[in-house]
Amino acid sequence: MNRYPLGAYLLVAFALVASVLYTAPNFFGEVPAVQISVLKPTVKIDAGVMGIVEQTLKTNLLTSDGVFTDPDSIKIRFKDTDSQLKARDALERALNPASDNPSFILALNLISDSPKWLSSIGALPMYLGLDLRGGIHFLLQVDLQAALGKRLDGQAGFIRNSLRDKKISYSGIARDGMSLVVKFRDAAMRDKAQREIETIAPDLQLRTVDETTEFRIIGTLSLQAQKDTQKSALDQNITTLRNRVNELGVAEPIIQQQGADRIVVQLPGVQDTARAKDILGRTASLEVRLVEAHAGDPGSRDYDPQKIEAALKGNIPFGMELFSGRQGERSETLLLSKNVLLTGERLTNAAPTFDQQDHRPVVSIELDGQGARIMRDVTRDAVRRRMAILLIEKGRPEVITAPTIQSELGGRFQITGSRSTREASDLALLLRAGALAAPMDIVEERTVGPSLGAENIKIGFHSTWIGFALISAFMISYYGVFGVISVVALAINVLFLVALLSMLQATLTLPGMAGIALTVGMAIDANVLINERIREELRNGNSPQASIHAGYERAFGTIIDSNITTLIAGVMLFLLGSGPVKGFAVVLCLGILTSVFSAVMVSRSIVNLYYGNRRKLDRVSIGQIWQAGAERREGAAKQ
Amino acid sequence: MRHALIFNVISVITFLIAVGSLATRGLHLGVDFTGGTVMEVNYAQAPDLNKIRDVISKMGFVDAAVQNYGTSRDVLMRLPVKPGVTSAKLSEQVLDEICKAEAGNRSTAYNDVCPQVVRSRCEAEAKDKNLPAKDICPAGLKKDEEAALTLRRVEFVGPQVGKELVENGALALLFVSLGIVAYLALRFEWKFGVAAIVANLHDVVIILGFFSIFQWEFSLSVLAAVLAILGYSVNESVVVFDRIRENFRKMRRASVTTVIDNAITRTMSRTIITHFSTQLMVTSMLIFGGETLHYFALALTIGILFGIYSSVLVASPIVMWLRVTREDLVKPEKKATDIGAPI
Repeated sequence: MNRYPLGAYLLVAFALVASVLYTAPNFFGEVPAVQISVLKPTVKIDAGVMGIVEQTLKTNLLTSDGVFTDPDSIKIRFKDTDSQLKARDALERALNPASDNPSFILALNLISDSPKWLSSIGALPMYLGLDLRGGIHFLLQVDLQAALGKRLDGQAGFIRNSLRDKKISYSGIARDGMSLVVKFRDAAMRDKAQREIETIAPDLQLRTVDETTEFRIIGTLSLQAQKDTQKSALDQNITTLRNRVNELGVAEPIIQQQGADRIVVQLPGVQDTARAKDILGRTASLEVRLVEAHAGDPGSRDYDPQKIEAALKGNIPFGMELFSGRQGERSETLLLSKNVLLTGERLTNAAPTFDQQDHRPVVSIELDGQGARIMRDVTRDAVRRRMAILLIEKGRPEVITAPTIQSELGGRFQITGSRSTREASDLALLLRAGALAAPMDIVEERTVGPSLGAENIKIGFHSTWIGFALISAFMISYYGVFGVISVVALAINVLFLVALLSMLQATLTLPGMAGIALTVGMAIDANVLINERIREELRNGNSPQASIHAGYERAFGTIIDSNITTLIAGVMLFLLGSGPVKGFAVVLCLGILTSVFSAVMVSRSIVNLYYGNRRKLDRVSIGQIWQAGAERREGAAKQ
Repeated sequence: MRHALIFNVISVITFLIAVGSLATRGLHLGVDFTGGTVMEVNYAQAPDLNKIRDVISKMGFVDAAVQNYGTSRDVLMRLPVKPGVTSAKLSEQVLDEICKAEAGNRSTAYNDVCPQVVRSRCEAEAKDKNLPAKDICPAGLKKDEEAALTLRRVEFVGPQVGKELVENGALALLFVSLGIVAYLALRFEWKFGVAAIVANLHDVVIILGFFSIFQWEFSLSVLAAVLAILGYSVNESVVVFDRIRENFRKMRRASVTTVIDNAITRTMSRTIITHFSTQLMVTSMLIFGGETLHYFALALTIGILFGIYSSVLVASPIVMWLRVTREDLVKPEKKATDIGAPI
């Protein structure tokens, strides 16, 4: 008798049901959708935006087929491309009233047409790689050495200024590779300077080198400072890239760090490499200007609502420009001087921290020596005036903050007034965007056209399907009923694998599809092992039921051993492979897991259900068993 | 086991040929490993490859390769890394030149040959000037499907990345081998681990040898296939070893040679059926998988064919010559709990 405990049957049944559910979205196809995401870092998706979207759809008599929101985007599904296009145009007008200065990106996208309840349990179609859906893949290398060098240069200027202020005479200060060398004529000055540098530049590790006529302090960035600088340079570049990619209107871009100093950018569906590269390679700049008139805080100088009113009507005084900026939640109009005080090159660091006194989030700014001097000269006469910081991207300036100058400022100061740490870090990122981006190079690029992608899907699907049919035909003709059971187990294996890939949202590539095919080819091994074992037990004269039992039991150890070796290869491929190979490795590893389960548990369940309950089982259908030949070999072996 | 010596001699000879070819001819490494640019262009009508070659060599590429890919209308161009020219510029320039050349050949307008290029340029310009695209783009621009040539694929790999991929590939091969030896040593005995890995590295060398002799392109996906084969054909050895262990327990009086012979004979049908099934799938990939999967499937085919023979006829003799004994596997105190023990 071969019976499984109820629990085992339930486990198999549960796995089957779950797999069918998670595989299902792959069969529903895709429908047109409009995807709204924020373009400006100062804008967020909130209830207000949702309201505008709903209102716009209602007034244009457009019915959506479901609205999906997440913190960064809204996806609206439509029945046909006609209403998709109409909705895009209507929403574009509603959300971006000023077409030369858009706040949102509206991208046309295709999303799964699966019922809402399926999406709500997280059942999504497989995530297709770029080689299957078409698009652009870039690997960018960030020059972190350059970022460190820039930071050291900043420190050099800072030290130069401070020594000059303290009247400590030095004979030279220069950067030599990744260290800063300050030279002195006598040891006393050197010691005095060392104490000074220790307090003003805590990020530097100092050591002294003395020669007969020259005394030196050599400063290198501490490990922690190096790490921080590199991390912020990378974060900075990722943020900048994200903002720029957003501008391209790509529905599902991927921008993430890879390794220590690389960034992957994947733009599905984008065909125009030249334009993408142009936009990704663009640089932003930063300007600091004084505010000449504003209508914001009456406590600051130049509070002049009338002047702003007049300027809005077109009466802009000579040497000034009108800008609308955002201060926290509300936007305001400012009249700025055309005179640029500082540019981004003078900024050496901008980081979110907390105020020493009241522990509120602030952004601390560091300027280089020249910047500090200018800042001091300007702010001495400008206390209580406001200073606007503009970020200029693609020739389009935007006021990112306009704080009031509280006192004379130097090379280091703080911008207060951030309401949350998030706001402070956003502001710091924006400031760095215009100043501190480390240089990047494209070190890898892969572009796949959409027709090639669709062809690859077809190819992968065909070859798997034909291979599967061939194997099925062979197994059934060779093993009879057990062949049918093996084929069913194999089909269920494919189902499990597809379900698992959909569930994990692992990226499916063409090598990944080859991996599915190969897994099918290899998974049959477990079934063959079992069937051969059962045959052998029968050949040895055991009863069918006992043979089935022994066949499964004995084959199990072998199946595990042989699959673990392949799993070792798969895991290594995953760890060391890149791009398409990684996709193959994921499928290979998952395929091994599902094939062990389906060959052992699922096929056993079917056998048990089919044969297990028969009290009298004289023969099982497992193909030809060569009785005589087997005995002869047995005899030979026993001699 | 009688023929073990003959088979091992054959192994050694094929192995030496493979090693010889690898040493003298080396592998034809793909762009993944060498760095460079690959462009795939689809022409509406079969183009004259020599004309395209002329265009490319006029641009200053010495080692560029231009060949058909799959059909006579698909052209694959391999361009070496050119110092000072970024990948962005390179693929654009090449596309621009071949568009011009094709327009010249057909004596038609550039716009009709490559509307894709024209459109992306004018749309970018329109976006920058904030005008509708139709004001700037030339009227009557053809659809992409009607273009005389379309860019299907561009791959650029920087030399640094290529070098890393070679290193990672070698590391992967090393770690997979070590991992398998360690696992087999744990599960069986070190002699089996060594035998299995020798047998299967011999497969790997033979696959590489084939790629070297015929100068087939060795790409990342071929490397993946080679590693998959390493894992897969160790399977074979494991199945035979499992039987050897079981036979040592059952056939108490038999000699070591008889035990191994019997294990091989008994697992033979399974080995052939499994390999046949896997090969059915791989053949389907080889025939229907297109150019992209061609060499991947080819590497798998060689691996599977040699895998049958090596695990059976190379691994087992090595185990024998390493003087495996009954005591190596059948440890008295563990006998009852081991999987596969007689019931």
